[in-house]
Amino acid sequence: MNELVEGIISGNTRAISKAISLVENDGPDKIELLKEIHRYVGESVIIGITGPPGAGKSSLINVLIKEYRKQGKKVGILAIDPTSPFTGGALLGDRLRMQDHSTDENVFIRSLATRGHLGGISLATSDAVKILDAAGFEIILLETVGVGQAEIEIVEASDIVLLVLVPGYGDEIQVLKAGIIEIGDIYVINKADQMDATKLKTTIEYYLELSPDKNANHRKVVLTSSLTGSGVDSLIHEINSTYNFFRKKGILNERRKTRIRKEILRILNSRILESINQTFNGRNFDSSINKILNKKIDPYTIADSIFEEMKKRSQT
Amino acid sequence: MNKKVRILIAKPGLDGHDRGAKYIARALKDAGYEVIYTGIRQTPEAIVKTAIQEDVDFIGLSLLSGAHNELFPRVTELLKKHGAEDIIVFGGGIIPEEDIPFLKSKGIKAIFTPGTPIRDVIDFIESQKEAKNNE
Repeated sequence: MNELVEGIISGNTRAISKAISLVENDGPDKIELLKEIHRYVGESVIIGITGPPGAGKSSLINVLIKEYRKQGKKVGILAIDPTSPFTGGALLGDRLRMQDHSTDENVFIRSLATRGHLGGISLATSDAVKILDAAGFEIILLETVGVGQAEIEIVEASDIVLLVLVPGYGDEIQVLKAGIIEIGDIYVINKADQMDATKLKTTIEYYLELSPDKNANHRKVVLTSSLTGSGVDSLIHEINSTYNFFRKKGILNERRKTRIRKEILRILNSRILESINQTFNGRNFDSSINKILNKKIDPYTIADSIFEEMKKRSQT
Repeated sequence: MNKKVRILIAKPGLDGHDRGAKYIARALKDAGYEVIYTGIRQTPEAIVKTAIQEDVDFIGLSLLSGAHNELFPRVTELLKKHGAEDIIVFGGGIIPEEDIPFLKSKGIKAIFTPGTPIRDVIDFIESQKEAKNNE
């Protein structure tokens, strides 16, 4: 274990990648590892990149890596693609667009499959971020699966969110809807070389003006083209200024606190679930089920009495 | 513990015939594996680095240009150099029968030539996986 932690801290590629597998596979030493690296975590800038399939998220990341490497920064990337609900398999194709950087020692790219988790990222994503953070990657880019309208877990996992859209996203009503369209800290209209890019920009800017969020006027819309590289320097500029704004206004700290709060709740949830499973392992509730089936009693009353029994047991 | 088999499908060399690589990537996905596909014209260095970052169990190399005797052994050499020789390498493409013993002597565990039923590839992966687990 110590060897693995030392490997991570010293930035050893094999150690980092083995550690990510450990958290992904929910291996036996996972919790100990995460405890050990906690004091090294919290230095990276975590940038979430989300948007519909084919918006050009991976290609945009490719050009962002290039820019950050010019600045001498170490960049870690987690690219998430969906697992098939039918076969459990996955085709992870995001890094295909990023192979320009495949032999750069200061770039680490890892593809993660969702493994049944909904929400746009995989369950292991936040833990994998911690490993990259502890390994000294100054910039961490998180690419979600291609999302639809409601997969917004990326907000909790990152410091700053780029929502990547392309011309043809839809009319004004699409932009006025709830969900994904609300989560951008920076709206990136990619493929700006295509028609109607400026029209979408105007629509989103109009929407942001209407927003009740008092920081909304800091949310910028940037036109980019991963193909020509145009707009990428202004995107980097907006990322920096938004990040600094978040830091000054305490928003960054708030976000990180929210993340920790949710993490504690998540850990508690799984612990409680575990203990429920342990307590009632093998019990089939047959008599209760029959009573419910025959309308003698309702499932809430049964659950309440089981819950009371659990509480009593935990006190003894 | 919830281990998934991860496989990198990579195309070294300069040919752009990626139909076979895409076919095998798709078929292995459908067989329930996590497949990483990195596209055409990858150097052996890039392939090995990718395999290590992705912590894969297998690398499948696809090549139709005729440079397999150079490029396949280069991949196994580099894996050894990086202490990652536990990653199992197999290959496919237009590869003459008479080259196969040489490639096997260089650590390529299996070669699948055109017309191989996909079931053979899956059986290979499953048997290797089992052998690895029994180690």
